[in-house]
Amino acid sequence: MKQARQKTFGAVVPIMDAETIGRALRRIAHEIIERNPQLTHVVLAGIPSRGVEIARRIAAFILQIRKIKIETGIIDVAMHRDDVGTRPELPIVRESKLPLPLEERTVIVVDDVLYTGRTVRAAMDAINSFGRPARIQLAVLIDRGHRELPIRPDYVGKNLPTSGSEKVKVQLQETDNKPDAVWLGREST
Amino acid sequence: MNAQFPGSIRWTRKDLLGLRELSADEINFVLETADAFKQVGTREIKKVPALRGKTLVNFFVEPSTRTRTSFELAALRLSADVINISATTSSLTKGETLKDTARNLEALHADILVLRHSSAGAPQFLANRLKASVISAGDGAHEHPTQALLDLYTIRERRGKIAGLRVAIVGDILFSRVARSNIFGLLKLGAHVTLVGPSTLVPREFEKLGVEVSHQIEDVLPKADVVNLLRIQHERQRREYFPGIGEYIRLFGLTKERAKLLKPDCLIMHPGPINRGVEIDSEVADGLHSVILAQVTNGLAVRMAVLYLCGGVAT
Repeated sequence: MKQARQKTFGAVVPIMDAETIGRALRRIAHEIIERNPQLTHVVLAGIPSRGVEIARRIAAFILQIRKIKIETGIIDVAMHRDDVGTRPELPIVRESKLPLPLEERTVIVVDDVLYTGRTVRAAMDAINSFGRPARIQLAVLIDRGHRELPIRPDYVGKNLPTSGSEKVKVQLQETDNKPDAVWLGREST
Repeated sequence: MNAQFPGSIRWTRKDLLGLRELSADEINFVLETADAFKQVGTREIKKVPALRGKTLVNFFVEPSTRTRTSFELAALRLSADVINISATTSSLTKGETLKDTARNLEALHADILVLRHSSAGAPQFLANRLKASVISAGDGAHEHPTQALLDLYTIRERRGKIAGLRVAIVGDILFSRVARSNIFGLLKLGAHVTLVGPSTLVPREFEKLGVEVSHQIEDVLPKADVVNLLRIQHERQRREYFPGIGEYIRLFGLTKERAKLLKPDCLIMHPGPINRGVEIDSEVADGLHSVILAQVTNGLAVRMAVLYLCGGVAT
């Protein structure tokens, strides 16, 4: 299984390492502080599983920089997807956890890679079922382009031009048990 | 995706017919999926689009209110369309065979069929012949898988685990599909199971499944972590099996006095509807040990999980 996956990944180009990922997330933390004067109203809602970890790290940077502990949450998108039954594998659903009520709050959706935008749309639908936040923003580690919906990120760690046949692989110590890294690979065959 | 979640498996079944054929991993996977859906019930908008555009047919050939309503609400919360058909409103009363009725439902493009039937094996029969998902809502004295799953979910939620717990199932075991499904599920997840009741309804034969059998409820209650009381099915009792309600209460009813034997953290469960004063005293049913209403709430989450998993696979 593992070998097969490596094979389809083909030629691999390293894009980010632990240091550049750390810098990118720290910069996002600064931008969030700049754009949100009322930091205590901000909730970082990660999309499982790497988005949750990235949200945790951004919150840790904000705590470091401003000594303010902002709230984090988990937003499950599996049951809000528009393609259940059309994918070969049924997405695993997980429990969402958001501080309530959402009214007055700014929810920042956090994910590792932004691609078509469909996951983010599902995340926005999921958030709306909990209430009506004052605003929703989007933070991603990588924006690889190819949007299929009118969605744009507010905070980007790295813009990475890709072609549709390429794959972006993100690995984080906490979720993947391997050192932080981002690669760009071409699907063989 | 799976690699990040050790222990999680891929669900491949379009049908849920019983717990006997499920692995411990599969059972745990349903319970974990139910965790996510339980949380949906606490949202301001208690509805997700997961099964939008799908049609579910609740086909209840045997009467049932709570199971049917629970499936109906679960399907509605997943945004599926729901049709309810009962024995009296179906053409079964006009002599149509089960297979023909089901084929007609399929011709209407039903995606999920929830079936309650008095004959054991009826859901299996249809599952083999239909493209739609078939979910058993109880068949004869065979299995009632979603009831057992919600019982397991409730135990796991309250006690944090199932392995190693001592679970007593009390009452009419011989005719009980709830008992059978519970026995399979509990044993797979590592619980110790003791069946309690009169020897006519709890024959020693059950020991072959790997459970203990007792005819003395006083011996079992002090050690039990969970007591699951089954309803005495007046409508199904035949005189040769059952001495009489009075004698049953005297020997096996969970009375106020007997409840004093229970450990302080013992859970009292009942699949409902309860016969107050028969298998359980009112004070016990409404008391601190009782998780009977939690079972109802959890039933909804477990059925959402089952519909999501089986309904998602079928297409």
